[in-house]
Amino acid sequence: MNRIQTIIDKEWAEVFKNKMVFWTIVLLPLLFTAMPLIFIFVTSGDLIPSETSDMPASFATICGTASAKDCLQIYMINQFLLMFMMMPVIIPITIAAYSVVGEKATRSLEPLLATPITTEELLAGKTLASALPALAVTIVFFGIFVALTPLVGGTPGLMAYMLSPTWLIAILLVGPLMAIASTIFAVIVSSRVNDPRVAEQISAVFIVPVMLLLFGQLAGWLIINVPVMLIFSALMAAANVGLIYLAARIFQREQILTRWK
Amino acid sequence: MIKIEGLTKEFITDKKKPPLVAVNDLTLEVNEGEVFGFLGPNGAGKTTTVRMLCSLIAPTRGRAVVNNYDVVKHGQKVRACVGILTETPGMYERLSADKNLTIFARLYGVKDVPGQVEKYLRMLGLWERRFDEVGSFSKGMRQKLAIARTLLHEPSVIFLDEPTSGLDPEAAHLVRDFIDDLKKEGKTIFLCTHNLDEADRLCQRIGIFKSRLITVDTPDALRQRMFGRTVVFNLASLAPEWTAMVSELPFVTGVKPVDNKLVVDLKDPEAQNPVIIRRLVEAGAEVRFVGELRHSLEDIYLQTINETKG
Repeated sequence: MNRIQTIIDKEWAEVFKNKMVFWTIVLLPLLFTAMPLIFIFVTSGDLIPSETSDMPASFATICGTASAKDCLQIYMINQFLLMFMMMPVIIPITIAAYSVVGEKATRSLEPLLATPITTEELLAGKTLASALPALAVTIVFFGIFVALTPLVGGTPGLMAYMLSPTWLIAILLVGPLMAIASTIFAVIVSSRVNDPRVAEQISAVFIVPVMLLLFGQLAGWLIINVPVMLIFSALMAAANVGLIYLAARIFQREQILTRWK
Repeated sequence: MIKIEGLTKEFITDKKKPPLVAVNDLTLEVNEGEVFGFLGPNGAGKTTTVRMLCSLIAPTRGRAVVNNYDVVKHGQKVRACVGILTETPGMYERLSADKNLTIFARLYGVKDVPGQVEKYLRMLGLWERRFDEVGSFSKGMRQKLAIARTLLHEPSVIFLDEPTSGLDPEAAHLVRDFIDDLKKEGKTIFLCTHNLDEADRLCQRIGIFKSRLITVDTPDALRQRMFGRTVVFNLASLAPEWTAMVSELPFVTGVKPVDNKLVVDLKDPEAQNPVIIRRLVEAGAEVRFVGELRHSLEDIYLQTINETKG
């Protein structure tokens, strides 16, 4: 445990010394939080239509007895929910993709592997060092979003929906599962490639499941609600198990050291 | 302390081609407190050997025991009790010297982390720069910091891979002095180097290696085995007939005149020098001084490697 903590400390000390990486971590959540707030502000007046005919019919089940205005805000904000789910996927990739290949490039990997640290401890340290800041940032910015929503014209119905199980599952369960999965994936990629840029590009593939949810909802194929979130959580949990198994098999110290040129 | 039996490492570079044998059937013992020089050309397999002995990579065949731990079965224990100085320092450049050492001290499970970090930063003259980013350090300072990292956990066996490579003469001298201090402390040191003078000065035994161990012995024994002993008789002047006269002596294995000197190969100079001096003086030579010619380790190394090529 102490060695995992040491790896986390080391990763954070290195990452947060680099101001560019720091701003990369903060800028995206700022944008993703500002966008729905601006939308709520814009739609809070009387300009919005009172009919909900533009929304997918299946969405009406979510609105229940809510007014048309509430329902439209809820529908649109439901799209932004996916942005909060993207945050814990995108943010750690920047750190995780560099974590192993960066050590290869600076030749610090061999002295690190020469310590008594086990492969499991090293992978856990690298994964948590990337995933934890992403989760913290996501939760903090979600808190800011919830706090500011009433101030920019969010209706009580919208507030109630944002604190409903759908959003809470998304932020507190799916988010962490996705963060860990994407981080493990990025660490695996990072250990297999020789260029940090390649690692980052390949790791970004992990955003595809969230994009599928987004397009699925926009196309009216599915509605993000509690059952969908639970199914998605189960899939992510399974993906995590598979990725952890894969990481332990793929992360071969010998290959990483001897194949690196 | 280090016991190696038939250690072999093969790399498969292309499935259609036979494997590349980096280390072939290496058998060797390094005693406790010994400084062992491991010499060989680039690509000879020295680093691969060190990596196997530090449990970083697994051997294809054979066995190695370091500090009573099998390098395959007890990898973590081996890594905990050895210190390895890799060919490139590989420090975290954005972090300070103090932070770099603190990280490794914690990974090695050092009990008094601040105490050990301070001890080695002071010992290697980096204490005043401890909070500076390593990226601002000179090559010599980085190498010293890497040496500090190698020793933080007080390992009983130390592997040094090219410790003075790329350093300026002053920094290299400092590093050599430090290795000499470790030798006096009784540490077991496995030294891979291209610097033959360094190996000659520091090592009790050397092994010349090129995928396989070609020869191993003390530097003096290797000299004697390869070149015998050579004595230089420095004369006021050299008459041509004196060379023939000396070469006719039954115990002389070779004579070469060079300017006013006679360079004579002998097996037992202590017993045979007086005879030669007497003969020269009787023949009218004025012997100014007599000294033994010491072949450099470079001569031994080059001859050994060339014989392998032949």
